[in-house]
Amino acid sequence: MSLIQFTEKGLYCAKGDFYIDPWRPVDRAIITHAHSDHARPGSKRYLSHHLSKGMLQQRLGTISLQTIGWNEPLAIHGVKVSLHPAGHIIGSSMVRVAYKDEVWLITGDYKLEDDGLSGAWEPVLCTHMVTECTFGLPVYTWQPQQDLYRQMQQWTLENQSNKQCTVFFAYSLGKAQRIMHALAPLQIPMYAHGAVYNANEALQSNGIALPQVKHIDAHTTKKELASAIIIAPPSAVGTPWLRRLGDRQEAACSGWMQVRGNRRRQHVDKGFVLSDHADWPSLLQAVEACNPTHAYTTHGFTESFSRYLREEKKLWSEAVKTQFGTEEDDQHITESDKTAAI
Amino acid sequence: MKSFAALVVKLGDSSKTNDKLEALANYFTLAPDSDRVWTVAIFSGRRPKRFINTRQMTDWALELSGLPRWLFEESYHTVGDLAETIALLLPAASIINNNEQSLSAIINNFIELQTADDNSKKIYVTQQWLQMDYHSRFVFNKLITGGFRIGVSQQLMVKALAKVTLQSASAIAFGISGRWDPAVTSFARLTSSASVSEDPGKPYPFYLAHQLAEIPEALGPTEDWQAEWKWDGIRGQIIKRQDQLFIWSRGEELMTDRFPELHFLQRVLPDGVVIDGELVAVDNRSLSEKIFTPAAFAVLQTRIGRKQVSKKILADAPVGFIAYDLLEDAGKDCRNHPLSARRRRLEEILSTMDSNRIQLSPAISFSHWQELVDIRKQSRSMHSEGLMLKRKDSIYQVGRKTGDWWKWKIDPLTIDAVMIYAQKGHGRRSNLYTDYTFAVRDGERLVPFTKAYSGLTDKEFAEVDAFVKRNSLEKFGPVRTVKPELVFEIAFEGIAASKRHKSGVALRFPRMNRWRKDKKPEEINTLEDLLALLSLYGQ
Ligand SMILES: [Zn+2]
Ligand SMILES: [Zn+2]
Repeated sequence: MSLIQFTEKGLYCAKGDFYIDPWRPVDRAIITHAHSDHARPGSKRYLSHHLSKGMLQQRLGTISLQTIGWNEPLAIHGVKVSLHPAGHIIGSSMVRVAYKDEVWLITGDYKLEDDGLSGAWEPVLCTHMVTECTFGLPVYTWQPQQDLYRQMQQWTLENQSNKQCTVFFAYSLGKAQRIMHALAPLQIPMYAHGAVYNANEALQSNGIALPQVKHIDAHTTKKELASAIIIAPPSAVGTPWLRRLGDRQEAACSGWMQVRGNRRRQHVDKGFVLSDHADWPSLLQAVEACNPTHAYTTHGFTESFSRYLREEKKLWSEAVKTQFGTEEDDQHITESDKTAAI
Repeated sequence: MKSFAALVVKLGDSSKTNDKLEALANYFTLAPDSDRVWTVAIFSGRRPKRFINTRQMTDWALELSGLPRWLFEESYHTVGDLAETIALLLPAASIINNNEQSLSAIINNFIELQTADDNSKKIYVTQQWLQMDYHSRFVFNKLITGGFRIGVSQQLMVKALAKVTLQSASAIAFGISGRWDPAVTSFARLTSSASVSEDPGKPYPFYLAHQLAEIPEALGPTEDWQAEWKWDGIRGQIIKRQDQLFIWSRGEELMTDRFPELHFLQRVLPDGVVIDGELVAVDNRSLSEKIFTPAAFAVLQTRIGRKQVSKKILADAPVGFIAYDLLEDAGKDCRNHPLSARRRRLEEILSTMDSNRIQLSPAISFSHWQELVDIRKQSRSMHSEGLMLKRKDSIYQVGRKTGDWWKWKIDPLTIDAVMIYAQKGHGRRSNLYTDYTFAVRDGERLVPFTKAYSGLTDKEFAEVDAFVKRNSLEKFGPVRTVKPELVFEIAFEGIAASKRHKSGVALRFPRMNRWRKDKKPEEINTLEDLLALLSLYGQ
């Protein structure tokens, strides 16, 4: 029997009796990161990275949580478990599970480009790699983040000179903080929607330093917000909440913005292709660097990516059905954003 | 080309009409003359003949990208647009050429290459690709493949041109209508009220009506209004000038050759006359009568798109013209005369002709609005889509305007059906399952009878999409079989018998009218119900 099984409840290690990112309640869960498709409530015991603590507690309530650092191996029933930086969002980790000759790497979500916040991705040699491939098609190839940041800054300044405020829609955990950092050098006042503000607070409780951002509440005036930067979750697109902002330009920030049709469907003024997931070249690079003999693909374009690995890279590969992401739709944060207070 | 590409990007991304208008006006102010002309041409659906086919484009792009063909196809399926897919998949340009050619220069290249050999074409296209950035590549590819749907209406472009040239919108709309060759037309000529003597076939822009939302009592006294049937055909314009006949469709397509049974008008119409009306199919049985009876739209459909018309098709699906309005009389534009006067003249002109292929759209007499409500109910049996209400003193305006003209269409036919297959949408919905197939019940069986992909809000689409992803039973290529659980009310405008469909019927303009969350799949309509509609309203 192989070290990790794909079960009804999620990825399971029978030898160590634990699950990784299970989608049903279990006794022992190792959590790669705090996005809602990976961190689900109801399990008895959780294990995750130190930096995920604040977010997990905010999202899952009172849980029994043990946290560790990266590259700090732990033995669970004789199985060696360690976490490694995934570069996806703050605290996001890949899970290495080793027993005898078998070394599994469960990537969770990851990106190779170092965003300066999430910790730089590191390759982990393994025999079996379970890799996400949310953007596992060659049309998804990102521009360097510095180029994007420059475009975002430029556009913000343009809007400011037109006396308009600039709204960025981005997942409240991860993307939002990345944008805050990217725009901080402009020294334009920044405001956050409640969902983003909550995520900020949870991260700050973990000792993460963030640029100063004000919470938009009932007392915030339109005058204050004129020509400001506003960061809101994607679920706020097209909602009455936006009316309090006055004259504005809106941008969606996501890897999906790569495709013109998706940009138009958003009904916003602008789309920035800013993603916290690996693009196509990075996915291939990651698989090559981790050098597995078996590659399982989850999240997104699983069939295409695994076929490419099989046929073009001559690597054993199979697509695995999981409940991560929702097929091609990266819904990660949207669910919890909906319930978050405004 | 850079500035044109920037314009296309801006128009495609922007969601606000004012931003689009400003971008267009800026562009038209700054661009060189020949680029402006080509821009108007492209945005109004005129483009140079393709010099390569999509297969060639795909092959060359594949060669450059080094990707397997299946992966290219998967990518295309997700992106939904070939020009965009190629632009995304090509390797990054080694050196971006910032002194790119102008839009018109590139189009001239295209025209020259039409007669070149394949190898020269390939060298040209691949070299261009390798020195362009993503946006220029995308626009370059779009210019080759055509079909520029960039989120700008003709009306918006007219507005921008009017702003830049300080002309009236109607003069611009007239100037850019009809047949003109971008290669030899100057911008000044295009945007000045071009003289009819240079182009006798030039049509007027159509006046279109908005849908009336409620019972028309609010429109005021009935005697100010004229009511007509809204005939179910193709809106058209018949022009006779300089002894020549031209028949235009509302889509600004010249269709003279397709309707030989109307060519007699060239002989019988006085010169300098333009008539607005509806091209309709004629019920065969009424051909010998003085006034013809329109047939179902499905009959006309067998004629649309058919350039060669055989004797048989002429006999099976004869076409006639129902005249609504007179736009030019004795060579003079009479669109500013009141409708009542125009109609009087139109009646006079038509009365001199002894033909049963052109007839005046009858005015419906009524004295109370309530009377009209009842009359409207007969629309379907008349093969009409409802009623038109026109203010008797209205002038003939340009484009879709509220106030003087209203269409008052009948409620669509509906049937409750269950969704059984789903497929991802294209273009703007390429990540969502938005194209659905619906079935009615036939005993224990579910019989698919139509597809529909519009009518839901973005939020509802997202909800259905999530359902599809959770409830897929099987996968056939891009198609998912889903648990037959979601019930929708499907609305449509017409129904016809069809051998190509399993159910035996084909619907016209099917769409999802409502998501019937209150209904269970057991409660949907049956095949029998559907066939009953066919025998009632089918042709
Ligand atoms: Zn994630
Ligand atoms: Zn995920």
